[in-house]
Amino acid sequence: MLLELDPDQEVLREATARYLTDRVPTETIRRLRNDASGFEADYWRAGAELGWTSLLVSEENGGGSISGAGLVDLTVAAHEFGLRAAPGPLVPTNVVAAALSAVGGAAHEAVLAGLLEGTAIASWCYGEPAPNDRLGTVELTCRVEGDEIVLDGVKRPVESAGVAQFLLVTGRSEAGLTQVLVPTDTPGLTVEPLRTVDLTRRFATVRFDGVRVPASALVGELGGAAEQVERQLQLALVILCAESVGSMQAAFDMTVQWAFERYSFGRPLASYQELKHRFADMKSWLEAAHAISDTAASAVDAESPDAPELVSAAKAFIGEYGTELLQDCVQIHGGIGVTFEHDLHLFLRRVVLDRALYGTPAEHRQRIAGVVEHLKERA
Amino acid sequence: MSTGDIEDVETFRQRARDWIRGNLAPLPAGSGIGVMRAGESDEAELAAVARQREIQRMFYDAGFAGIAFPREYGGQGLTADHQKAFSEEISGYEYPADIQAPTFSPCAAVLLDFGTEEQKRQHIPAILKGEELWMQFLSEPSAGSDVAAALTSAVRDGDDWILNGSKIWTTGAWWSDWGLVLARTNWDVPKHRGLTVFILPIHQPGIEVHRIEMLNGNKEFCQEFLTDVRVPDTDRIGEVDDGWTVGTRWMFHERMLHNSPLVTIPADGARGTIRATHLVEIARDAGRLEDPLARDLIGEGRMLDLVTHALQGRLSRGLRSGRMPDQSAAIGRLFTGVTAARTTTLSFNLAGGASAAWTDDDGATAECGNDFLLRQVSCIGGGTTEMARNVVSERVLGMPREPAKDRGVAFRDVPRGASNRG
Ligand SMILES: Cc1cc2nc3c(=O)[nH]c(=O)nc-3n(C[C@H](O)[C@H](O)[C@H](O)COP(=O)(O)OP(=O)(O)OC[C@H]3O[C@@H](n4cnc5c(N)ncnc54)[C@H](O)[C@@H]3O)c2cc1C
Repeated sequence: MLLELDPDQEVLREATARYLTDRVPTETIRRLRNDASGFEADYWRAGAELGWTSLLVSEENGGGSISGAGLVDLTVAAHEFGLRAAPGPLVPTNVVAAALSAVGGAAHEAVLAGLLEGTAIASWCYGEPAPNDRLGTVELTCRVEGDEIVLDGVKRPVESAGVAQFLLVTGRSEAGLTQVLVPTDTPGLTVEPLRTVDLTRRFATVRFDGVRVPASALVGELGGAAEQVERQLQLALVILCAESVGSMQAAFDMTVQWAFERYSFGRPLASYQELKHRFADMKSWLEAAHAISDTAASAVDAESPDAPELVSAAKAFIGEYGTELLQDCVQIHGGIGVTFEHDLHLFLRRVVLDRALYGTPAEHRQRIAGVVEHLKERA
Repeated sequence: MSTGDIEDVETFRQRARDWIRGNLAPLPAGSGIGVMRAGESDEAELAAVARQREIQRMFYDAGFAGIAFPREYGGQGLTADHQKAFSEEISGYEYPADIQAPTFSPCAAVLLDFGTEEQKRQHIPAILKGEELWMQFLSEPSAGSDVAAALTSAVRDGDDWILNGSKIWTTGAWWSDWGLVLARTNWDVPKHRGLTVFILPIHQPGIEVHRIEMLNGNKEFCQEFLTDVRVPDTDRIGEVDDGWTVGTRWMFHERMLHNSPLVTIPADGARGTIRATHLVEIARDAGRLEDPLARDLIGEGRMLDLVTHALQGRLSRGLRSGRMPDQSAAIGRLFTGVTAARTTTLSFNLAGGASAAWTDDDGATAECGNDFLLRQVSCIGGGTTEMARNVVSERVLGMPREPAKDRGVAFRDVPRGASNRG
């Protein structure tokens, strides 16, 4: 997280922190593991009132940033989510809200209003199952038939598909990448839950078998969605990274405290150089993770030319080093670190989940290679 | 346009850009890459140093020397942001790479912090004109990490001090002018309380400079033998026996090198690092640019570049605003050391078979093997990464300090190993 928040960002941070501490303490998170949606509807509605869903939406559409950089503001909330492994569809709702605000036009105003109020949930159908599961592969088809669009294909993993009323579906028409907004009760659409590592985030496979929607379901131009899809990907990555850094911070702080309190051979763990040096390494990864996460957030917010590279660097670094840091925290906890009773796994789960979503570290390193290859020409 | 006394950063940047393009040569491809690669010859090395002094003088004459140094000592009295703009603009052009560290930081930085008015007036302008190149005489054959265990002694003799002992691992002392020296002035108190800092000209009768060959044939490393070297008390920095106060700041400046407003380090990477764009060259020349395994390594290298840059920015902001303790500079030192070593491994892996045996026609893959042999210098020079880990865990995270046999003991009674007898 940023070293210095402006006063209004601090208000959002503080309100989010207080609300999450109150509403979803760790015992609640443990209990929610048996809940089908992983969060309660009124929890999300009240969160929306705090601003969780409006920061990427333009003022004309009823949203607005706090500092002028809405995405940076949203990372402040996402970091608090990470610090508490909090439930709720933070990434998908915001990505869909941002898309509808940017290119949805009048047709989707009502849905957007519902997302802003927290009364509606939407999710983004982007990734696909193997063998189409490499980042950026889209094989779902959007066929134009008269004034209807027919969707065929499979998407997974789709977050919160079970509770969402609307899905923003990225598919391919003859003209190119295309996006449509599909109500989840449309015939031909089926949602099959997946099992997952996280206690409160839910994922599903969504099948589209000849799903028909009117042309008005289009979000943006038919065949003209490539840029918008890249934008959505970048937004998702920034939110995920900010959240992961929060979870890294929580696990690190918890483990430092443990190292002072836990004794072996008559001295605290924190007095062993072997462990001190690992804490130093972890501290360097943690600060680096904060730094690249914040740098990527401002670049994506400002749509600067180096945004694609920075956001992939953030995802690759935080994915790789975040999970290393968490596993090291488990190791330094010893046996208690692998129990359900201890809180550490809540953060481990979140960092592991976020690492796997929207491209693995290796896929993002490949993306970066594609950029760096042409750096010379750009300069 | 300038506002008040201080030229605004963008106007300054434009002026710097015009001047750089009009007066400096673009760097040939591949310069500054590799890990302390051996030069062609001493003559070539001396010519390169002479050119750097000349460029520094050109900076001075054009009003670009010591951008964030105070005006009264010949600097420009501008801000860290001006220096940053200059460092960005000079990227891709020749610049005095070898005299940034240690001349400007830590040496000039320590002079600014602790020097007397006369010392500053004598040396800072000379440094800014490229007339004085400085070395840090810190490490000794007996102690590098435990730098406060220095055995080089200084004994008072009237208005002078007499220095005896040996310093080592100075990079480029044979072509440098002045040394900043940590010496022992009191053996009857614990080690930190018996040190004093002095300055001295390197080339004088009592100092013998020996060159040390590194494993790749580079001969920049030096060892100095000091025999009855007479230093006037006016060349003492800080108080007698209070050298550790100076030393602490000295090492802070050393760790902060990449964030220092006193040095010019081009935005695309410090000397001695292999930049990610160069990884692309290596992969291309190895015929592996389309290989997904190679692209993974290139992506990792660039990721580490970008993350390091972001981390340095965060640390400078944190240190400047006081939100992070001074000792947090060690986080950057640790991360950059480990990262530079990893980047050297990446280039070694990308070079394939040419990393073991090559010809000069192999392009960017040549010499990657030698670079790899010297991989660890980024984790040793400037204080080791282990010492940085000690600082981060003990001073930043507050963990218990390592047990030590030298605390509260007169330095002359501290146990020493077979290789530490000096
Ligand atoms: C490229 C380069 C340039 C240099 N330039 C200069 C220069 O200009 N001026 C100068 O004065 N020096 C210079 N040095 C010297 C450098 O600062 C020292 O080599 C370094 O501080 C280590 O000291 P040492 O070599 O005596 O190793 P030692 O201190 O003997 O250390 C040996 C090993 O033990 C580890 N170790 C030691 N103490 C501890 C501890 N308490 N806890 C854990 N691990 C420990 C070290 O990390 C290291 O791995 C340079 C070195 C290099 C490589």
